[in-house]
Amino acid sequence: MTANLLLFKITLLVYFVATICYLIGVISRKEGFRQSAVWILISGFGVHCVTIVVRWCSTGAVPVASMHESLSFFAWALVGTYLLFYWRYRTVMLGAFITPLALSLMIIGTNQSAQAPALNPMLDSWWFPVHVTLAFLGHAVFAIAAAAGIMYLLQERMLKSKKFSGLFYRLPSLDTLDSMNYKCLTFGFPLMTMGIISGAIWANSAWGGYWRWDPKETWALITWFIYAALLHGRLTIGWRGRRAAIVAIIGFCLLLFTFFGVNMFLSGEHSFRNFTGQ
Amino acid sequence: MHIVIIGLSHKTAPVEIREKLAFAPTAMERPLRQMLELPTITEGLIVSTCNRVELCAVTKEPDAAIAELRRFLAEYHEVSPEEINENLFDYQGEEAIRHLFRVSSSLDSMVLGEPQILGQIKTAYGYAAEFKTAGLILNRFLHKAFSVAKRVRTETAIASNAVSVSFAAVELARKIFDRLDNKGVMIIGAGEMCELAARHFVANGISKVLVTNRTFERAEKMAAEFNGKAVPFDSFVDHLAEVDIIMTSTGAPNFILGKRQMEEVLKRRKNRPMFLIDIAVPRDIDPKVNDISNTYLYDVDDLQGVVQANLKERQKEAGKAEAIVEQEIGQFHLWLGNLEVKPTVIALRRKLDEIRQQELDKTFGNLKDLTGKQRKSIEAMAGAIINKILHKPTAILKNSQNDMSGEDYVDAIRTLFDLPAPSTDDQEIKPLDDPDQA
Repeated sequence: MTANLLLFKITLLVYFVATICYLIGVISRKEGFRQSAVWILISGFGVHCVTIVVRWCSTGAVPVASMHESLSFFAWALVGTYLLFYWRYRTVMLGAFITPLALSLMIIGTNQSAQAPALNPMLDSWWFPVHVTLAFLGHAVFAIAAAAGIMYLLQERMLKSKKFSGLFYRLPSLDTLDSMNYKCLTFGFPLMTMGIISGAIWANSAWGGYWRWDPKETWALITWFIYAALLHGRLTIGWRGRRAAIVAIIGFCLLLFTFFGVNMFLSGEHSFRNFTGQ
Repeated sequence: MHIVIIGLSHKTAPVEIREKLAFAPTAMERPLRQMLELPTITEGLIVSTCNRVELCAVTKEPDAAIAELRRFLAEYHEVSPEEINENLFDYQGEEAIRHLFRVSSSLDSMVLGEPQILGQIKTAYGYAAEFKTAGLILNRFLHKAFSVAKRVRTETAIASNAVSVSFAAVELARKIFDRLDNKGVMIIGAGEMCELAARHFVANGISKVLVTNRTFERAEKMAAEFNGKAVPFDSFVDHLAEVDIIMTSTGAPNFILGKRQMEEVLKRRKNRPMFLIDIAVPRDIDPKVNDISNTYLYDVDDLQGVVQANLKERQKEAGKAEAIVEQEIGQFHLWLGNLEVKPTVIALRRKLDEIRQQELDKTFGNLKDLTGKQRKSIEAMAGAIINKILHKPTAILKNSQNDMSGEDYVDAIRTLFDLPAPSTDDQEIKPLDDPDQA
């Protein structure tokens, strides 16, 4: 278990360095920082993969059962998705938004108990990891959409007001950012939908009912509706650009609340406390 | 050997003087040959553009050469030296190297980072090479300058971001649409400004061009030029939804495009973004159009503002470029220093003496029973061989000091015998570092 914790700390450290490089790379005009930031992040991601596999082997369950594990997994999915997007769009700027988020998730994760949870046997079903994995992948993709949304709003503001800062020269074009929004939506929405469906199936096998209206389920459903509205708006009535960017940002805020807020402020079947069967 | 540069540029001389001292690009042979006839000058090059006239030369006596070149420039153009004295700058040694590197990297240009100057210097070098007034040093110097300019261009953003209004429009379009190849543009008012901008757009991949004008014939004529289509002025609003970029420059006294019309157009386009460029004065498009979402309206002043911002951005990159120039000066300066004859002869002799000593030690190690006398005579023989070998090359080197071939021999000897560079402060730099081979 200590090896696992050590790996986690190393990952955290590498992400920290990557974040610093990204931020310096964006603020200053040093190309080198941006390039090295990507490589540092890739190596951090490699360590993170090892961390998760080691954890998986040592606990024998997909490591998403405690807050600590979920945060780590969330950050992992986030960085992985970003790297995929980087490979496709080559936008270093996106990393300046994503790495600080992944880093914050990891930092919150260190404050959570790293004890391996004794999983409530009732929850010990294959639907459980499927549900959680899909949900987190969806979260990660929507995080990218939100970051692209923030960049869109910044860039759009500059183009409209005709006041350009140095950022203008480094942000991608509006069209690129808008198409990222759409790409994220087409990947994220099915992931989220399948996440919810697999969750319902799991709930049925665990508690004997598909939907129980516990707070997390309710909030997830609200978020799902937001994204459904955005997808619908994009496909049929020409929602795009600024509006799509704003909705993507709101949607992600709701997702974060569903993830953190519900565990902290509201109680229900999804609270991690209940997983350990205490 | 020293490099000297004298000349004048837009920074030191007004256009009335620059035009008087310019060299005609079609007749470079005569001035180049005359320059080489000056007593102190062994190699020469003339750069003459509308913004600068520079004479670059290689000499043994830099101060005398500068005076001669100043006089030559005045006499050649039949002006009195006193008249232009104040407008001329001169550089020698490291400063001359820095100057040419900066000029070819466009750090000394009127519009910072403009690309033409490098081509102009290449042309100037072409003449010098053609008429054989550039020898080893200028060849190496100019090639180094080209490679510095290339480094500056690729490693800094000094040449990116448009500094003309029509190019700024294209770049803004790229910031909105990313790619222009599947986009369309409508030109309202077939004026000259629009034509120039349209040409830039077409050159950057715009595929569809619509033209409208009050006199339909002019619209048709311009449309034909861009492989586009002319639309009647009365109904141009109906076609606006088909294009992504609108450019207007009519002489109309009032707005020809209002907010409500554009809202209509945007709705028909399902909010796909539109970029409007209004270069007419008085303006053609109601500025309120900019408030519509996904619509970006730029008038002449806005574009001018973009150009200013771009220039400022280039200025910030200039610092990086200067640093690159500084790095490269050292390397070239060192190479130049290596071309001195005397230290080369000394280094060559030392090298051969080292070899002699090594081989003697080896031989004496094997032949332990030699008498002192025998050893002496073997040592003497080895020394005599070296002296015989070195005699002729040394004589040639010393004699060649005074003409253009001198540096060629020195360079060849340093390369063939792999002679170490004379010690300098800069330890990292390798001798004979050739950018073209790197």
